[in-house]
Amino acid sequence: MEFRRQNECLEISELDPFLAELLRQIPESCNVEGVEAAQQRIFSGPAPASEKEICAEWKVYVEPELRRLFRSATETVEADLQQLNGCTKPFANCTLRIPTENAQAWLNALNQARLAIAAKYNFTDGELCDHYRSPIGSRRDLGLFQVNFYGFLQEFILQDLEL
Amino acid sequence: MQSSFGSSVENPVIEQETRAAEEIDLPWQVIVHNDPVNLMSYVTMVFQKVFGLPKEKAEKHMLEVHQLGRSILWSGMRERAELYVQQLHGYLLLATLERTN
Repeated sequence: MEFRRQNECLEISELDPFLAELLRQIPESCNVEGVEAAQQRIFSGPAPASEKEICAEWKVYVEPELRRLFRSATETVEADLQQLNGCTKPFANCTLRIPTENAQAWLNALNQARLAIAAKYNFTDGELCDHYRSPIGSRRDLGLFQVNFYGFLQEFILQDLEL
Repeated sequence: MQSSFGSSVENPVIEQETRAAEEIDLPWQVIVHNDPVNLMSYVTMVFQKVFGLPKEKAEKHMLEVHQLGRSILWSGMRERAELYVQQLHGYLLLATLERTN
């Protein structure tokens, strides 16, 4: 897998089918419906529970706005990921181009996915910092790999935005 | 009592101390809490974007969050504090507004 800036796009080339599939799973990973821990993390409270008025107003007025914002970011990513459907040959590496104007949406969606997965599997700090973990042997291991891979992508996008 | 100018004040007018609504509503803080998932570089970028901080100062707050578990990013009126917290939640940071003790 290679990253580079190509005109007004961030290009990820030599994407093998496994990593391409993980990218395809970003929108699905952002969906926190039915996963209580993930919902609580993504829509965390704005103030201590004792501030009942603030928390109640937040639920009514702010949370719907946040939902719209997160959905919009996910939809942008989903549209960019359509490029991966152009890889017609099985097991062939493919290329993804992220328009720089979509970089913030990608950062947001990748963060949603990372937080949702981490909350779903309740990863410990130790697990999240263990970058030399043994090969993937379970759905939980795959989740941890996703969190790290999406974080790697975030770093790449952030570095590019700084240039 | 007589002043040095030779005149006395018979009926002193005591003005009531008044404060603007902004001052009365001052004691609110925007606090960002530690989160093991958010990347340090991402948190720094968010502080720069939301509060317009220079990178060095944004990194200082990020490290405070990372090492001490929380950092006070801003304090002032409630309405503005709510707006900052909303922006921080938009970036998925763990942020709260709290009254200053």
